[in-house]
Order: sequence, then C-alpha cells, then structure tokens
Amino acid sequence: MVGDKKGKKLLVIGAFLLPSLLSMALFNLLPILISAVVSLTDWDMLGKPKFVGLLNYINVFTEEKSYIAIFNIFKFLIGYIPLVLGLGLLFATLLNRNIKGAKVFRGMFFIPVITSWVAVSIIWKWLLNGNTGIINYVLSLVGVQGPVWLSDFFWAMPAIIMASVWKDVGFVTIILLSGLADISNDYYEAAKIDGANTINQFFKITLPLLTPTIYFILVISLINCFQLFDQVMVMTGGGPAGSTSTMVEQIFKNAFKNYRMGFAAAQSWILFSIIFIITLVMNKLQKRWVNYEDK
Amino acid sequence: MKINKNILVPNLLTYTILTVAAVTLVFPFLWMISGAFKDALEVVKMPPQLLPNRFTFENFIEIKKYFPIEKFFINSVIVSTITTILQLLFCSMAAFVFAKFQFRGREVLFMLYLITLMIPKQVTLVPLFIVFSKLRLADTFLGLILPDIFSAFGTFLLRQHMLTIPDSFLEAAYIDGASYLKVFTKIILPLSKPAMATLGIFAFMYSWNSFLWPLIIVNSKELMTLPLGLSKLTGRWATEWNILMAGNTVSFIPIFIVYIFAQKYFIKGLTLGGNKG
Repeated sequence: MVGDKKGKKLLVIGAFLLPSLLSMALFNLLPILISAVVSLTDWDMLGKPKFVGLLNYINVFTEEKSYIAIFNIFKFLIGYIPLVLGLGLLFATLLNRNIKGAKVFRGMFFIPVITSWVAVSIIWKWLLNGNTGIINYVLSLVGVQGPVWLSDFFWAMPAIIMASVWKDVGFVTIILLSGLADISNDYYEAAKIDGANTINQFFKITLPLLTPTIYFILVISLINCFQLFDQVMVMTGGGPAGSTSTMVEQIFKNAFKNYRMGFAAAQSWILFSIIFIITLVMNKLQKRWVNYEDK
Repeated sequence: MKINKNILVPNLLTYTILTVAAVTLVFPFLWMISGAFKDALEVVKMPPQLLPNRFTFENFIEIKKYFPIEKFFINSVIVSTITTILQLLFCSMAAFVFAKFQFRGREVLFMLYLITLMIPKQVTLVPLFIVFSKLRLADTFLGLILPDIFSAFGTFLLRQHMLTIPDSFLEAAYIDGASYLKVFTKIILPLSKPAMATLGIFAFMYSWNSFLWPLIIVNSKELMTLPLGLSKLTGRWATEWNILMAGNTVSFIPIFIVYIFAQKYFIKGLTLGGNKG
C-alpha cells in the first residue's frame, strides 16, 4: 500500500516535470554539450571541425580584447546596479504608501519595460545624438557643452548605463513592490503602537523583510550585466574603439561575423564560469544578510 | 497644525519625486511620437519643439513602401501569445513539484534548473541554431517559439510564491481524497494568481521584445517579428529620425494598448497578493 502510493507519487512528479525536463534537455543541455565539443575545435561552420585541444581557451586568455570586455562589464555594473536598485527601492517605497494616483505612477514607470530594446535603443540614439539630440540641447540650456555620447570613448558606457537604468528601473520597482505587498500589515501596526517612526519602520521592518526580494534582484541583475548585449549591439556595436565591447558582443561577432566557432564557444565557457563563480559566492554570502523568517 | 504638517510634507516630497521620475520615464515616448509626425527638416530643428508645426503622415507611407509592418505585428502577436501560455503551464507544473513534493535529489535537480539560468542565452545560441537546423526548424514559427516554452526564471518565481502556501491546505485536501492534479488546479494555481500574472506579463514581454534569436533563426520577411523588422529599418534609414520614429511608433502603440488592458489584471494580481498577507 505504502509502496504503491510512493510509486504513484513518483509517477506524478515525473509527469509534472516532463515538459520542463524535455525543454531543458533539448534546448539547454544538448546545445551545451555541442558547445563544449565545438570549443575544442577549429571550425568555420562550413568545413570539417579540426580538433585543437585547449588552444582556443589559451587564446582567449592571451587576447587583450578579453580583458577589455571584462573591464567594460565592471564599468557597466558599478554604475548600473546601485542606480537601478537604489531608485527601485525609493520608487517602490513611495508607491507603497497608499497615496492617490499610485496606480497611474506605477503604470507610467512600467512603459519603458514593455518596450523592446530595439525600439528603446533607436529612441536613445536620437536623444543622445551629439547635434540633434534633446539631451545635449537641455545641457546647453544650463551652459554645458554635451559630449557626442555614443561616439565618445569615455561617455559611451555612461550613456548605455543611463539608457539601461531608464529601461529597467520600472521592472525592479514592480518586483520590489510585490515583495512589499507580501509583508504583513501586522508588523507596521505593532510598530506604530510602539511609537516607531516611518524611517525606523523602513530600516527595522521593511528592509529586513525585503532582503529575499533584493537578493533575487541582485542575482538576476548581476547575471544580466554579464550578458550585456542588445543595447550595446544596437547603440554602439561595441565601439568606439572597444570602449563598450562586452563578452557576449565578442562571442556574437566571433561566431557570426568572423566564423571562429571554436573560439566563440571557448569564450562562452569562460563567460559561464565567471557567472557561475559569482553566483556561488553570492549564494554563500546571502546567509549573512538575507532574512528568511516567516512573513 | 502639527498633524497636518507631518502628513503634508512627506506627501509633497513623495509626489515631487514620483512626478519627476514619471516625466523622465515617459517623455522619450512622447518625443518619439511627435517625431514620427514631423517632416525631415523639422525633426532636426533647434530649438526643438514638442509638437510639430505641420503634422505629416508621409513617414508612415514611406516605411510601408519597403516593410510590411502590419505583418510583423501579427507575427509578434502569434509568437508571443503561444509562448506565454505554454511557459505559464510548464513553469507552474515544475514549480509545484519543487515547492510541494519531497523526494531524493530535489535540491540537486532544482539547482540544475537554476544553473541553466546562469548560462547566457548567447552561449547556447550557435549550438541551438545547429540543433534547430538539423530538426528542420530554421525559418519556421515553431523554431521561433520552442526555445522559450519553459523558463527556469519562471519556475523560480512561482516556486518562491508557492512556498508561502501553507502545507496544511494541501494535506487537508489529500486527506479528503483529492488527486495531485486536483490539488494543483484547485488550490495551487488559484492561490498563485499574483505570481502567475507577474510571470505571464514578463513572459509575454520577453517574447515580444526578443531580438537576437529571431535574428538568427528567421530569414524570410513573412516570419519577421517587430523588433527584427525594426532593426532592419535602422539599416535602411540610419539617421532619418522622423522615419525611424514612425516605425518605432507603429511597434509601440499596439503593445501599449495591450499593456493598458493587461496592467489592470496585473495590478489586480498584486493587490490580491497584498490582501492575502
């Protein structure tokens, strides 16, 4: 009887997991295996792949471009993550205050999120244009001569950070808002009785109970930073002079422009290892600050 | 007096910050729409003007000469809708197992799912293209849809939510003789509505915005989605902002209208979650 029940349970588990397992196997694991094999070869997609061992990996480590790409990613995330998380926290906290019109604000904040990166990149290319862009026009009103943003070696990355924060802050805000909605009102009632003010409530109740949501956003954002591609591809193509070149952008160019499939595959694996290590470290560190108490 | 001050000042500050943010986030779209109706001279005029002096529809006619933008729109709707429905179904099924079943290897398996989340889509892009070519799925609707019918992200999101559903609810149902399927459809899914709505919106947007995969898997104009079609637009008109903005507007207005309707459901989902807490 018990064994029968157990068998049925396993069958149910299998049935419920079947679509996801199939999808994982065909569209994730199989390509990963192929990618691993290809990374050990010299292959231009037309001829026969030639086995070269670890040569591609060695070449990735000796190419200066690889280090530029990693440097650029760090440039991006140092600006992007504090801005998007800080602003998201600010907006979510304010929107959660049951003010009139909160729904309208929330609705407006989400508009950049629903728009495709292609459309957003085209709009921002115009906004950031050195001569006809409205950003430089506004700067000129306060007496500042704006740079030619996307064609400027220094300013191209800050411009991409700006556009990315602008596009993503609504997403972060909504996720944080759903985290705030999960916090029971009882905590605040109790705090009010104890005479805690708004700022105290934020740091003693809201922030600790929001740490699982913040951790979730941090993991997702960090992974996204290392996968930076769409906006770079449409806005700068990795230029000028490689100042916005990213790892994925180089993988894409090596694979589909230069047809160095083996080299691109090796780059992909190194990128994956970096992301994996960072996520592991974050997972280890989370026990120190993420609060998983019952809400 | 004192009470008034305490409430008024923070409220004023709240409104000021939120208004500045909202204007910053919305203005570029107004600018885009206004640019779409300006002619080639006015669109680069300095100082810039929010409203065009002379409204013109020529930009839209110019685009349609070269790009069947209405076809791109229909393709985007088909691909995104099917992707979203399948993803909601498959993710909730997996999340149910990872949240509410005890079995050996569960944590390892779930970790494996999460690891794929860390693999950039772009890493598996080339081999995925090879697989799809071998399966004769290149340049087909199925080829556009299949890679996104399941997401580890969605499973993670739903599982986090399902963990908050008390096990006692399920145990009571099992004791009453309810089947696993019944518990899934009658307890888990209804109580997961806010998270499902959230995932549904994100899955739809992700699919709607997807650019790189369509770029690689689709060749024929008949199958192009909006972002892909738009990117082809920039190839033809590099800095003719009025024409580019007209194309952007055509792609933006329909999804914006869909969003206004979907948003109601989205906010309803969020308030449901709030009341529950």
